[in-house]
Amino acid sequence: MKRLIYVAPLAVFLVIAAFFYKGFDLNPRALPSMLTGQPVPPFDLPPIKGRGDKGFADTDLPGEVSLVNVFGSWCVACQVEHPFLMGLKERGLVPIHGIDWKETDPDAGPRWLKRFGDPYTLVGADPDSRAAIAFGVTGAPETFVVDRAGIVRYKHVGPIDAEDWEDTLWPVIRELRKE
Amino acid sequence: MIVESGHFALVLALFVAVVQATVPLIGAQRGDAAWMAVARPAALAQVFLVAVAFACLTYAYVTSDFSVLNVARNSHSAKPLIYKISGVWGNHEGSMVLWVLILAVFGSAVAAFGGNLPPGLRARALAVQAMIAAGFLMFILFTSNPFERLVPPAVDGQGLNPLLQDPGLAFHPPFLYLGYVGFSMAFSFAIAALIEGRVDAAWARWVRPWTLAAWAFLTIGIGLGSWWAYYELGWGGWWFWDPVENASFMPWLAGTALLHSSIVVEKRDTMRAWTVLLAIVTFTLSLLGTFLVRSGVLTSVHAFATDPERGLFILILMIIVSGGSLALFAWRGPSLRGAGLFQPVSREGSLLLNNLLMTVATAVVLLGTLYPLFADAVGAGKVSVGAPFFNIVFIPLMVPMIAAMAVGPLLSWKRGDLGGAMTRLWAAGVAVLAAAAVTWWVHEGGPLLGLVGIALATWLAVGTLVELAERLRLFREPLADSLRRAARQPRAAWGMSVAHMGLAIAVAGMTGAGAWKVESIQAMQPGETVTVSGYDFTFEGAGPIIGPNYMGVGGTFTVRRGGDVVAVLRPEKRTYPVRNMPTTEAAIHTLFTGDLYAVIGDRDEDTGAYVTRLYFNPLVAWMWGGGLIMVAGGALSLSDRRFRVGAPARRRRPAAAAASA
Repeated sequence: MKRLIYVAPLAVFLVIAAFFYKGFDLNPRALPSMLTGQPVPPFDLPPIKGRGDKGFADTDLPGEVSLVNVFGSWCVACQVEHPFLMGLKERGLVPIHGIDWKETDPDAGPRWLKRFGDPYTLVGADPDSRAAIAFGVTGAPETFVVDRAGIVRYKHVGPIDAEDWEDTLWPVIRELRKE
Repeated sequence: MIVESGHFALVLALFVAVVQATVPLIGAQRGDAAWMAVARPAALAQVFLVAVAFACLTYAYVTSDFSVLNVARNSHSAKPLIYKISGVWGNHEGSMVLWVLILAVFGSAVAAFGGNLPPGLRARALAVQAMIAAGFLMFILFTSNPFERLVPPAVDGQGLNPLLQDPGLAFHPPFLYLGYVGFSMAFSFAIAALIEGRVDAAWARWVRPWTLAAWAFLTIGIGLGSWWAYYELGWGGWWFWDPVENASFMPWLAGTALLHSSIVVEKRDTMRAWTVLLAIVTFTLSLLGTFLVRSGVLTSVHAFATDPERGLFILILMIIVSGGSLALFAWRGPSLRGAGLFQPVSREGSLLLNNLLMTVATAVVLLGTLYPLFADAVGAGKVSVGAPFFNIVFIPLMVPMIAAMAVGPLLSWKRGDLGGAMTRLWAAGVAVLAAAAVTWWVHEGGPLLGLVGIALATWLAVGTLVELAERLRLFREPLADSLRRAARQPRAAWGMSVAHMGLAIAVAGMTGAGAWKVESIQAMQPGETVTVSGYDFTFEGAGPIIGPNYMGVGGTFTVRRGGDVVAVLRPEKRTYPVRNMPTTEAAIHTLFTGDLYAVIGDRDEDTGAYVTRLYFNPLVAWMWGGGLIMVAGGALSLSDRRFRVGAPARRRRPAAAAASA
């Protein structure tokens, strides 16, 4: 019995290690979304202030491979990711649509875009998480790759950086364009 | 050519590490002095080779050699020199080289200054140290080579993330690693002791300085990190319970426990197996920190570019190092049972309580950090655990901990007199009531947490002074006698008083900043005045600024109190063109009672007003001041004569020792 106490730390460690091993499969950054392979859920978001009358809806997506990026002015990680999205826009590689998620102040999102730059082709306001819940968003930023047929093909959790782009997202987009 | 030399030096270091990990260990088992003696030159060769590799990488950064992939990805020619240098460890590959360098420095310190260690213990400890080094060198060489070439070379680099271009953060990782890796010394000694089957007072005396040094470095590292978050992220917060912050906090908690339990081993020769276990756990948590940041198993803003292959490698490394050592503990631990008995109410008892609370606190932080992973793995869905959980669970654990901290040092070894200790603490009790009353009056009630925090800080501060006065027999004997006693106090005893006092001050700072922060966000026209917590912030205007590798907007605020100018604050908002990334440079003026904190945002094109955020953060600077005082206490204790001179001799030298040596 006494001996068991000395084995306990090892047992606890091994359990944690097993979870870590399993954790690689459910890597939260490359998590296969429940939506992957499914058509984009129907949604129709109103525009955010200062971007005209055009909002963002699921019907806007088919036709072209695009990114749907969930962001919010309250989200620090989005701020980290933002310059990279601006870079993508400058290079004109792929249209990026934005879902401005969980803003408590309708002016906060537009102000944020004004301040840091606006990389988005279309932006919809989603203060009450209507589209976010349909997409199964767990946090921001989160980015979905949507193919020409309007089917979600890949989900990226967390800020996109140069390595993510070169190693996964860009190859995925190029593949989808060939289809 | 220089880059290739660095790569070659790392390969050589791996070979040296393999030799150092095996030959001295076999020598110690066989009692072969010549084989054991290999450890010392090997450790010195190791530090030389890794230092060469590190210097080569630094050279590539300083000369902006963009034919090196790592440099091209993380540096830029227009960066100030200091950030070119800090860029070396501002990325995954370079930081691993720094990690191994520090490991080698610690190893060579044992080789150079460990002359008074028994040869067997030294050989084994250095061998264990080399095993860790070998693992990490393989990790670098096989999965994260910093010397990889880029063909054709880049015209210019991608630049270092501007948020990281900051003096606070430039030196945050080295201190953090000095802490993490410093705990490897306690770990190596623990494994060596498990192999020898012997832990005694002398062993504890050898381990303690390394633990103390590592703990002090880690305290500085964590302090720098939170200070950076406070002034650079620009929203006045200083701790976010982010997985990466937790990863550095867990070894700190466990290391603090280790620091205290090794005192018990040294003085009373008990809690041996527990102390060895703590040494293993502390280093395991350090490895865990390294793993979490790089594996992508958890998400964090701070994470390095993650890569499952690297994560898997570190996981395997961790299973070998920690799993192996815990298995060794399960096998040999039972033979380490201590001899000393003690009553629950005693100095040992209070240190045990400290250990229990620290361990539970570590477990809570671990649980909170890993819970999203557990929940996900058992299919309970995606969850995130945030500050509310940690505050609810962690703070109640710290309350009894700090309450007991004032009492523990007043108890005697073996059997203490709780009633007597409490009687002697009457002054602290009175001070607590007075502080609580003043706090209540100043803040008109305010949150309960603020009241509790200030009461605890006062209790600990005055309790520490009472204990010091007791030790010096202040007010009981003539002052001259007390002064003579003060001069004779060992520095370690002074160290304890100073460190405990530092914590009291830090607790006051955390309480102030947590409970009474005043925040005001608004659009301001030049000339407008906003009053925050009794300070009038007048916005004088803003204009463009240009720095070496950034440009931006700088604003000026004049802060007055009752008409008198207190401070002039000049916050900036910078944009770094290389990464097209804006950063806020908060302007902070520290007063004794709190920080005046101003952030400037964007200009509204229509009205010409600027978005400004103004804060008054009460007592916040006390937190880092207190942290520095804690570090000073650690340094004072480290300078104690008995660590420098070393243990005179093992108090008891069992016959088995001679046989195994």
